[in-house]
Order: sequence, then C-alpha cells, then structure tokens
Amino acid sequence: MNDARKIVLRTQGLCKNYGGVQALKGADFELREGEHIAIVGDNGAGKSTFVRQITGVEQPSSGQMFFDGKEVSFKSPLDAREAGIEAVFQNLALANDLDVPANIFLGREEVYFNLGPFSFLNEKKMLAKAKEGLEKTAVKIPNLRNAIGKMSGGQRQCVAISRSAAFASKLIIMDEPTAALGVQETTQVENIIRRLKKQGVPLILISHNLRQVFNLVDRIFVFRRGEIVGVVDADKTDGNEIVSLITGVKTGVHENASYI
Amino acid sequence: MINSSSTLGSAETQKSLLQRLPKDTGILLVLVGIAAIFEVLGWFVVEQTFIFNGQRLFIMILQMAIIGILAIGVGQIIIMAGIDLSGGSILGFAGIVAASLAQSSEYARAVYPGLTDLPIIFPVLAGIAVGALLGFVNGSVIAITAIPPFIATLGMLVAARGLARWYTSGKQVSFLTEDFAIFGSGAWPVITFLIVAGVFHVLLKYTVYGRRTYAIGSNEDAARVAGIAVKRHKILVYTMAGALYGIASIVQTSRAMTAQSGTGLMLELDAISAVVIGGTSLFGGRGRIMGTIIGVLILGTLTSGFTFLGIDVYYINIVKGVLIVAAVVADTYRQKRVAA
Repeated sequence: MNDARKIVLRTQGLCKNYGGVQALKGADFELREGEHIAIVGDNGAGKSTFVRQITGVEQPSSGQMFFDGKEVSFKSPLDAREAGIEAVFQNLALANDLDVPANIFLGREEVYFNLGPFSFLNEKKMLAKAKEGLEKTAVKIPNLRNAIGKMSGGQRQCVAISRSAAFASKLIIMDEPTAALGVQETTQVENIIRRLKKQGVPLILISHNLRQVFNLVDRIFVFRRGEIVGVVDADKTDGNEIVSLITGVKTGVHENASYI
Repeated sequence: MINSSSTLGSAETQKSLLQRLPKDTGILLVLVGIAAIFEVLGWFVVEQTFIFNGQRLFIMILQMAIIGILAIGVGQIIIMAGIDLSGGSILGFAGIVAASLAQSSEYARAVYPGLTDLPIIFPVLAGIAVGALLGFVNGSVIAITAIPPFIATLGMLVAARGLARWYTSGKQVSFLTEDFAIFGSGAWPVITFLIVAGVFHVLLKYTVYGRRTYAIGSNEDAARVAGIAVKRHKILVYTMAGALYGIASIVQTSRAMTAQSGTGLMLELDAISAVVIGGTSLFGGRGRIMGTIIGVLILGTLTSGFTFLGIDVYYINIVKGVLIVAAVVADTYRQKRVAA
C-alpha cells in the first residue's frame, strides 16, 4: 500500500443505534485516493447501516466523519451528493415511470432558469449529459426516452451506476450492485467498476460475492455484528480467512464451503 | 479488458403500430365509440343526430367544466400516488365564502352587512385562497403524520362540509352582485377549464414541479434518496389542488348565483372517475392532462347521451361504475406487464 496517497474518506467511532439495538459499534474506516474497497459481512452485520450513515440517508448516533480533508455531517442524501459522494442503492432507487435522463437527473434537474419548483426543465441538456454519462459505462441503451421500468435489470443497474459516474463524484458507493443480475449483466457491471478504477475514481463495494470482491478491489473491510473485525489486502488473503472473519469461526472449517 | 461497447439484454424490438400512436389514442377511441353508439341509437330511437348538434355539445362541455377543473386538481394528486376525497367539500366551503363576499347590498341578511358590493376580485381571491388553505391542511396532515391520504382527505370531506354549514348557520347565501355572474356566463366556464388544463399540462410536462410529482408517484423512496424534498412537494401539490377546487367553486357559484352548504356534494367522485377513466394510474407515476380531459368528456357524453335518448338518469351510474372498474382493471394489467 502506498500510504502517501490522500485519504478521501475517514470515519472515527461511527455508531448507529435503532432504539435499543446497536447496529453499528464504533466503525473506524479509511479510504484513500483511487482506492477500491469492499465491505463484506453477513446479513445484519452493519454493512448497509454503515453506508446509510456515510451517504446521509441516516445520521449517525455518534462518531466523526471526515471527507475530502474536512469533517462533515450530512443532513440528507443531497448533502452527501453535493460533497461528491454518489451511491447506487441495493433497491436501485429508480423511478420506473420516468425515462433515463429523468432518472439520472432526479433531484438535480437541469433547468433553463431557476423558478424553484416551477423552473422549466432543460430536457435537451439532460439527454445529452445522460448519453455522455452512459458512454463512460460503455453500455448502450437503445432508447433513452423509454420508461426505465420497461428495461432489463442490467440496463436499469447501468443507469443507476452511470447516474453516479456522470456526476464526476469523488466517491462512488455500490450496495450489492449485481445481486439481482444475470451472469452477462453482472460481467457488464464488473467491467464498469474496472473502468472506474482505471479512471481513478474511489469506490466502496458491498457484496456477498467473495469471488467478485477478490477480482475487483484492493482492500476488504469485514463487518460482523456491527463492528469492523478485519481489514485485509485483497491480494494477501484468501476466501478462508475472509469467511472466518465474517462468521467468527476459526479457519479450517470452510474448506468445502460453496460460498467462496 | 473492456469491450468498447456492448448492448445489454435483448435488442429493442421494433415498435408495433399500436405503440407508435399517441398515448391517449385508446381512451380517445372509447370516447368516439361511445359517441358513435349514441349517434346510431339516436337515428333509430329518437330520429335525431347526437353528435352533430353544436348546442348539445356546448351544453355538455359547459356542464363538465367544473368537474373538469376538480379533475385536474385531483389528477395530479393521483399521479403522485395520493388521493383526495375532499374536492367537492372544499368546493362547497370555498364557494360559500366567496358568495358571502359577493352579496349585493339589496340583500338585507347578508353574511357581512358592511361588506356588500365589493369589487368581484375580493370574493374570487377569497374563494381560491380558502381552497388553497384547506388543500394546504390536507397536504400538511399527510406529509407530517404520514397517514394514508385516503383517511386525511376523508376527514377533510366531512370537516369542510361542516365548516360550510357552520359558516352560514345552514342558510343559503343568495343575491350576489350582477358582476359576479361573469365567470359562469357564456363560454367562461369552458375557457377557465381550458386555461387550467393548459397551465397544468405545462406544469406537469415541462417543469420541475411535474418531474417531482411523477417521481414521487413512481417511487417515493427513490425520490427521497435522490434528494427531493418529498414532504414539501406533497404539501405544494395538495395546496395547488385546493386552489383549483377554489377556482371551480367560483365558476360553480357564479353559474348558480347562490351557494349553500351542500354545493358540490359528491363532485369529487365524478372528478376521480374522470381521472381514472382518462388513464391515470391509481398506483401513481402515470397519467396525463389530455387523458383526464378525455375522461371528463366521456362522463359528459354519457350523461348527455342518456338524457338525449330519454333513458332514466340512474342507469348512467351503472354504466359509469362499470367504466371506472374497467379502467382500473386495464391499468392493473398494464402495471403487471411493466413489472414482469
């Protein structure tokens, strides 16, 4: 690891309680420039909770967060987005009745001049920018003006990803981007992630698929029961070690496991 | 490592002829079909033309203008995956407030004896403001408490009717100044309806307001995650709808030149029917002003046609009921096809 690289995102003692349940217990996390990181862990380990805190969807109960050299506390997803963090959520977060540009620019529409909610939409500009953004992902969608609900899961996922990529963000977070996709579509999304790596865009990937994780990222953060129980370099570890960290059971019992 | 470009999923299939037609063609054909049936029946039963009678068509559209304005208001709420049952009641209360400010001095028992013969702009603005205020209450209750819009607006349906009764102690408000009759005379109701329809067509199709309305109706969570102030927008949409009910109340009061606490009873159901028949999805996210206009015309044509044929009025409701259910069934199938 070249530790001279600038730290993009750092959290210190990040906690989140839901009522009496501690979903996140003091997460110390660090991401450097151009780095691709995976977050792995069992269901309920706190992966998605962690992501919701750093994307402003929820506010942490305690702890600090530093982004791009400054301490931040995001009140809403829009705050996080304005700071340069883009997220692709597990449940896609697309409006099925809207077309591709409308989805990409949802919540930050291009307008001719600002009249608040009564501003006129600049559809031409949004369409052009949407095309540009999709080119980065190297995915072709035949008609961008079609409602997104009529497209395949892969096409929809690519729209969601290109939404993140299009806004030239400082950090992209993907929560299970291939969970609902077929083999071919998964390959497409993985290619997009590799492309982002080449472009030097930092990325946090949350995935259950360990093979995918080993293929794509530099470092792996393992969550268990709301805590970060291990940080390992992807090329200095193996499936056994990761699974042991995930489950908390010692090495050796996972040799025949099918999840590696 | 990465292919220069590739296409995901199946290539887009050639669009069928059906898909290339304008989106409201189907519902327009229903309207034309219904009119054609009345035309043919007209020749045989009463030996008159139904369609080629300009006066009948004008009266029909005139009668539908008020429901049309209500339908535009509730239609945008339904697009947002909400519902508003209080349109008729808000119209009733707003109308009675407007009428109380439009009374002429000759009427001895005016609600405000000192406020007779005001310039008509005051009652007009008051009616619209009352409508907008009650719409704002609807929207705020729904946005803040997150209770189902059905319940919140059901409460308003009852409460606004009660307000109207309280405001006049159950009495009728009559003897309005002559000037106030303008909004209900001649083609003005139709012109008002068309202006409202035009403005909301533009708002829904070309502005951020419309984009957010469709987005919330399509996927509220996505809208929230995308940073849209969902609560604020809901309040705005319900308030706009209330303002439209206020405008409808002015047209209604001006036509009748009297207002009572029961004015506009059940009109919200006709308005919602028109919206649904016009192809707006009760699931939210889909619907257009043009469809709603056609839905309003279908309801008007039915009423006009039954009267024309001399058939008892209560049969209309049977046909209307069937049509509403058919429209929702059609939409449910469309919804399933999109989800598949």
